[in-house]
Amino acid sequence: MTRATKKKRNEFLYFAMRNNKLKIGAVIILFFLVLAAVGTLLTKNDPETFAGPMSSPPSAEFWFGTTFFGQDVFSQFVIGLRATFLVGAVGGGLATLIGMLVGFIGGYRGGVIDEGLNVMTNIVLVIPTFALLLIISAYFEVRGLFMESIFIGLTAWPWAARAIRAQTLSLRSREFVDLARISGMKPLRIVFSEIAPNMMSYLVMAFILQFGGAILIAATLDFIGLGPTQGFSLGIMMQYAVLWGALPLGSWWWFIPPGAAIATIVGALYFMNVGLDEVFNPKLRET
Amino acid sequence: MSLRVEDLTVYYQTLRGDVRALESATFSLADGEIMGLAGESGCGKSTLSNSLIRLAPPMKHIKGRVILDDQELPIADLHAMNEYRFTEISVVPQYAMNAMNPTRKIGKMAEELLRSRGIDARKALPELERRLDLVELDHDVLKMYPIEMSGGMKQRMVMVLSTLMDPSLLLADEITSALDVSTQKAVAKMLVGFRDREIVKSIVVITHDMSILYQIADGIMIMYAGQLAEKASTETIIHSPRHPYTKLLITSLPKVGVKHDEVRLKGIPGNPPLLLDPPTGCRFRERCPLAFEPCMDVPPFVEIEPNHFVACWKEGGANA
Amino acid sequence: MLKLDNVSKTYRTGTFGGKQLCAVRDVTFEIKDGEVVSLIGESGSGKSTIGKMILRLIAINEGTITFDGLDVGSLKRGDLREYYRKVQGVFQDPFSSYNPIFKADRVFEVMHDHFYRSMRQKEWTAKIHDSLESVGLNPEHVLGKYPHQLSGGQLQRFLIARALLLEIRFLVADEIISMLDASTRIDVLNLLADLKERDLGVLFITHDLSLGYYISEQAAILYRGCIVEMGQTEKIYDNPIHPYTRMLMASVPRLDKKWEDVEIELRAKQGQLSDGCVYFERCPEHQRQTCCRDDRPTLRLAEEGHFVACQRSGKEESS
Repeated sequence: MTRATKKKRNEFLYFAMRNNKLKIGAVIILFFLVLAAVGTLLTKNDPETFAGPMSSPPSAEFWFGTTFFGQDVFSQFVIGLRATFLVGAVGGGLATLIGMLVGFIGGYRGGVIDEGLNVMTNIVLVIPTFALLLIISAYFEVRGLFMESIFIGLTAWPWAARAIRAQTLSLRSREFVDLARISGMKPLRIVFSEIAPNMMSYLVMAFILQFGGAILIAATLDFIGLGPTQGFSLGIMMQYAVLWGALPLGSWWWFIPPGAAIATIVGALYFMNVGLDEVFNPKLRET
Repeated sequence: MSLRVEDLTVYYQTLRGDVRALESATFSLADGEIMGLAGESGCGKSTLSNSLIRLAPPMKHIKGRVILDDQELPIADLHAMNEYRFTEISVVPQYAMNAMNPTRKIGKMAEELLRSRGIDARKALPELERRLDLVELDHDVLKMYPIEMSGGMKQRMVMVLSTLMDPSLLLADEITSALDVSTQKAVAKMLVGFRDREIVKSIVVITHDMSILYQIADGIMIMYAGQLAEKASTETIIHSPRHPYTKLLITSLPKVGVKHDEVRLKGIPGNPPLLLDPPTGCRFRERCPLAFEPCMDVPPFVEIEPNHFVACWKEGGANA
Repeated sequence: MLKLDNVSKTYRTGTFGGKQLCAVRDVTFEIKDGEVVSLIGESGSGKSTIGKMILRLIAINEGTITFDGLDVGSLKRGDLREYYRKVQGVFQDPFSSYNPIFKADRVFEVMHDHFYRSMRQKEWTAKIHDSLESVGLNPEHVLGKYPHQLSGGQLQRFLIARALLLEIRFLVADEIISMLDASTRIDVLNLLADLKERDLGVLFITHDLSLGYYISEQAAILYRGCIVEMGQTEKIYDNPIHPYTRMLMASVPRLDKKWEDVEIELRAKQGQLSDGCVYFERCPEHQRQTCCRDDRPTLRLAEEGHFVACQRSGKEESS
C-alpha cells in the first residue's frame, strides 16, 4: 500500500467518525454483535433445558420470560442471534462475492464472456429459488447452519451481479477509465482501484441487502421448519412460538424479541448504508 | 416595448446561504427584437430566463418587476403564472429533445399539452399542421415516437409546440448547443422565421456561443457573475464593445482566418467569483485590467449612447 | 511519426451481430513531428473513434496504425507501456476524466506507479511542480484538491501536465476545450499550440472549424467515418471543394461573416475557380462526371440543327 492510499483511508475514517447515521447504525449492529458474543455469559440457563416456570412473562430472573415449556427465551435469543449473524455473514457474503465476480468481469470485459455470464445469471435468477431450497432442505435430513448459509449464498447472488454489472458498465465508459488504461494500468487493477471504489457504497449496500436478505430467507426457512435440525436461530424461535400457540396464549415475549431483532438489524444496516454513501461521496459531505 | 425588466433580483437558496445568481437586472426588449443573452456558465443567464417563466424553488424572488406588453407578470407566484405561460411567454428548454416521454407518440403528447392549457386539440390541428409545414416537418411526425426522430427533428417539434399559442415572448435556452452545425443553422434560422412571420413578437436567445448570436440576434446582452455587463446592438457588441469584460471575451474568440502563430489570442486570467459570497462592487474587478478605485462600488448600468448600456465606471462613469 | 493506413472500424449490432455499423472507413493519414493535425467532423463522424484507436482504447478492425514503424495494434504489455510513455491523450470532459472520489493528484500518482517506479518521492514532486508550472498552474493552488474544487480549465491543464510528465511525442486531444468557458478555453488551446515547440505531434479532434484553423497546419474533414477532404488548413478553408466541406463552411456560425455572406462567397469562388462546366454546381449529382469539373464542354452537335454544351451528350454521341 502506498503512502497516498493510506492517507486516503484516514480521510474516510475522519468523515466516517463525523457521520451520525453511520454511527447510529454501527452502534446498533455492534450492540447485537456483542450481545451475541457475550450473551451466554449473562445467563446461566441452557436454552434447551426446562429451567423455569412455563410461559412466564419477563422477570428479573428470566429477562425475556420463558417458553411454553419453561425454557429461557433470553438464552435462546442470544444463541439465535449468533445463528442469524452467521447466516447473514456467510450467506450474504458469499452472494456478494459471487455477484461482484460475475458483475465486474461481465461488465468490464464485455463481449462473449459477458454474454455467457449473463445467461448464467438469468438461469439462476429464474430458478424458483425458494422451491429449490425447500427441496434441498427436505433432501438432507440432518442440516447444519453453515450448509443453510451456503445454499442461500449460492442462490441469492444474481441480483447483486446484475446491479454490479450495470454499474461497472456505466463506469467503464467514463473517461477516467480510459485515462487509467493509457496510464498502462492492468484490467484487474482498474476494476479494483478505479471502478470498485466508486461503487463502494453500492457494494456495501449490495452486501447489506444480501446480508439482510439471507437473514430473512433463513428466518423463513426456519420458520416453516426447514432450517437447521439442531440449535436455535431467531427464525426457529418464531417457528416454535407459533407452533406452541404463543399468539393465542398471549406470550408476546416469545416471538417479539426475535422478530424485533431481525427488523432492527436489517434497519440498522440500511441506516449505515445511507451514512456510508455520504462518507464515500465527497459531494455529499456536508462541509 | 415588448418586455421590460426592472431591478430583477433572484437568489438560489442553499444550505450554505443564498447564491446571488441575478442581481438588479434592468433592461427592455423592443417589439420584434431577437436579443441574445450571453455569458459564461454560472453567469446567471439561465437564472434570468428561468425567472421569467418559472421561478420555482430553490430560486427565490428578492425584488424587481417584469412587465410584458404593459402587463406586470406575477413572476413570484408559480400558480398565477400558469395563465401566462405558453400563451404569453413560452420557452424552448435546453434539453427539450430529451424531455419527451419516450413511450408516447408525438401527436398524443401535443394533444395532452394543448388540453392542459384548455385548448381543443382537434380544433388546433390545422394550425399545428401549418406550423409543421413551416419548419419543414412531415405531418407524419405526429404518429412517431420520439426515438424515431433525429435530434434536429425533435428540436423543431418542440419549437412548434412551444410557439403554438403565438406567445408574445419566446425564450430559447441553449437550444442549438447540442446540435450539429448544419442542424444548428436550420434551427437558428427557424427562430428568425418565427419572428419574421410574427408568430412570436420577440425572442431571447440564451447561449454561450457568441457566433450564433452574431448570425441571428438584433441585440446582445452580456452578463457576468450575476450582473448585466453590457447591452447593445449585435454589431456594436461584436465590433466595438465598451465593457472590459466584453472586449476581452470577444477578442479571446478564435475566428476562421486567425492562426495562433500569427495572432496569439489571450483568454481572461482568473475565474469568475463564487456567487455565494460575491465581492462587493463590480464583480469583474478582480480580473479587470482597468480596475481602479471607484470599482469598489457597483457600477450602474447606464446608457452611454442610444441603445448602448454599459456597467463600468471607466465608461459610464464619465458620461453619467 | 504516426501513420494510419486504411484503418476501419465496424461494430456488430443487432441481436446476433448480424448488422454492421461502420464507424470509420479506410482512413489514411500521417502526422509528423511537431505537427498539429485537426480532425474535423460532426457528431457520429468517427473522429473520436480514430483518437481512441490511436490510443489503443478501441481495437482496430482493418488496416494498421504505426508509430515510428511500430505496429500499434500488436503491442503487448511491456511494449504497450513504452508506447504510452510516448503517446498520450486528453479527453473532452474534464470532470469525468477524474475519478470523483479521489483527489485530482491521483492522476500523477498513477503515473509514478507505472512509469517512474524507481524515482524518489522528492525528485518526483519536483517533476510534478515543473510540469504544472509549464502548463501555467500554480502547484500550491491546485495540488491536494478534489476534482470538483477545480475549474474545467484547470482540470484540462492538469491533464496536459500529466502527459508532459512522460517523454511524450504525440498527444491525442479529443475536443479538449469544447466544455470549457470562452474566457479560459483559448489559453488551453494556446498551450496545445506551444507543444509544437517541443516537437510534439498533436491530433486535435474538434467540431469547431475556427479552432481547427487557429491551431493546425493540416486538417482532415471527416464525414460518416470517411475523410472527405484533407490537406493544408488554409487551402481547405479558402477553397473547400467537397460538397460536405462546403456545407460545413456555410453552416458554421462565424463571428466575422454572416451566413448569407459566406454562401455568396462560396458560390462566387466556385464560379471563379472552375475550369469546368458552368452548370456543374447546380447539375444533379448523378449526372455529373469528373470531367465536368475539369473541362468546360464546348458546343457540340447533338442532332441535326441542335447544339449542346454538355459532356454527357457529347459522349453519348461519340459512343
